[in-house]
Amino acid sequence: MRSKKERLASQLPDVAGNGLVDRRALLGRGMLIAGAAATGVGSSLTGAAAEPLAVDPWSMEPGAPIPPYGVPAKYEDKVVRTLTNPKNEPRTSNARTPHHLLDGTITPNGLHFVVARTGFPDIDPAKHRLVIHGLVKQPLVFDLEALARYPKLTRINFVECGGNSAPLFNKDPVQANVQAIHGLLSCSEWTGVRLSTLLEETGIDPKAKWLLAEGADGPSMNRSIPLAKALDDAMIALYQNGERINPAQGYPMRLLVPGYEGNMNVKWLHRIKLIEEPVMAINETLQYTYRVAGPKIWQFFFPMEVKSFVTHPSPGLTLKGPGFYEISGLAYSGNGRIAKVMVSADGGKSWAQAALDAPVLSKALTRFRVPWRWDGQPVVLQSRAWDEAGNVQPTRSEMFAERGEPKVNVPVVAFPMGHMNVITSWAIDSKGEAKHVYG
Amino acid sequence: MSMAKGFALALPLALIAGAALAADTPGLGKPVSEADLAKWDMSVGPDGKNLPAGSGTPAQGAAIFAQKCEVCHGKEGVGGSNAMLANPPGKSDRTMALYVPYATTIFDFTRRAMPWPQPKTLANDEVYALTAYILARNKIIGENDVMNAETLAKVAMPNRNGFVSRYPEKH
Repeated sequence: MRSKKERLASQLPDVAGNGLVDRRALLGRGMLIAGAAATGVGSSLTGAAAEPLAVDPWSMEPGAPIPPYGVPAKYEDKVVRTLTNPKNEPRTSNARTPHHLLDGTITPNGLHFVVARTGFPDIDPAKHRLVIHGLVKQPLVFDLEALARYPKLTRINFVECGGNSAPLFNKDPVQANVQAIHGLLSCSEWTGVRLSTLLEETGIDPKAKWLLAEGADGPSMNRSIPLAKALDDAMIALYQNGERINPAQGYPMRLLVPGYEGNMNVKWLHRIKLIEEPVMAINETLQYTYRVAGPKIWQFFFPMEVKSFVTHPSPGLTLKGPGFYEISGLAYSGNGRIAKVMVSADGGKSWAQAALDAPVLSKALTRFRVPWRWDGQPVVLQSRAWDEAGNVQPTRSEMFAERGEPKVNVPVVAFPMGHMNVITSWAIDSKGEAKHVYG
Repeated sequence: MSMAKGFALALPLALIAGAALAADTPGLGKPVSEADLAKWDMSVGPDGKNLPAGSGTPAQGAAIFAQKCEVCHGKEGVGGSNAMLANPPGKSDRTMALYVPYATTIFDFTRRAMPWPQPKTLANDEVYALTAYILARNKIIGENDVMNAETLAKVAMPNRNGFVSRYPEKH
């Protein structure tokens, strides 16, 4: 009988087509040993020895003064959001997160995606007020100083625009990168006060079934939210990744309704009104509703359903010749934790289970990774996620069986439909360049 | 020690205010009357209960539209740089007729958010007139129909029964 180690090593090569290696190789040395034995490629692939090492100039001088607030290295100046309305002309602004240039799961505050109707307001935190009224026993007003004294909690949650990934509704695959296709998604550690704590103090009239949440921004954007969600896990968020919420994310406070579509996480929150029926706000009628067949329109489609996509490699990140790479990406579900992510390098014919970076949190981004030996031939990379509620990320044909086949091509920044969560496919050609395809 | 004192102070205040105060929460919200927050409470739901006094016609709305809205939304609500308000057939299916189940939504959003550079500056009569104008351009009301607190909530939007709620969601 073979030892556990021997068995493990023998399993490592060929878990799936086109060079996907067992994820357990990421845990230790197994991949190198087994990889070299199985295919004859390994560290020798890169060939030439390294150059002799000289002492660099920065090792021979003092460094720069430490600034009061640090910013990324000047060499990282391409790691920025893409903007649809940089001059704040009279229309909505979108800013997309560059997931292909980031790793891990937390989005830096300055790179968090934004959808804003009129830019962001300049709110004096000392004058900002949150009022809770409507079907309550006692309407109450809270200022920031008061809220700071309430019991708080910290939680990591993604926020995703209902229209994220909408380019996948195009009839033909758009030639765009991860940022353009999936960039209306970000993940932060949020700290704040449970909404249920404040509702305990106002009291709730039994007639209340929904609440209206409204911002203090110019257009006072608002949404109707089920009271059940408010009492379950909604939070008045005051901090984002340890510091006060970014101005474009709702400073000084935003509503957080984990897993629900982005615009329900109302920014610059200043009013909550308990109501019996939804108010039919613009963002739950003319916008963020989804026509599925004839006059039939889905409304109140709240959770962002299970999704994943490969960030590395992806369009714009060219592979530098055959050899070892790590395929990695992001998976998440508005219905709970990610249970499993499978990755394919042969367009879905065979699949390897990805390793998930711990901790795997509910309604948060999860980083998945699979070791890969690329032989230099064309491949098609895909990922597919499952969540703990039993939902599986759909294929294109599965989604369009329900919603109808896309018939048109629209600009990459348009939103022909919402809640798009099908599998994304990247074709890598023999030069190592990645291109968006439909698998 | 000071914490305990704070709770002891907060409790009677909240009780006087009539709040259902849990013993382990700070009770730092200040009571406010609905009258004192009326300026913020601008939401109008499908029942139209919170609609203000005032009225307007499509013709009155046309004049205001040309002056304050056309710059972004195009002549008669077509072909502008921002959302078309009267989409010609075939141009886009995201029309008021299809996607707005209650006319109160048009009033509510116009009052709170428009015009883009000066939100909340329109008088209620102007908002009624603009709502009437948009509804008439979309052939939902007649050119001589008057919109006010009574008539607006009664407008029958053509696709109201096309809406299907996805909540409560399936898991």
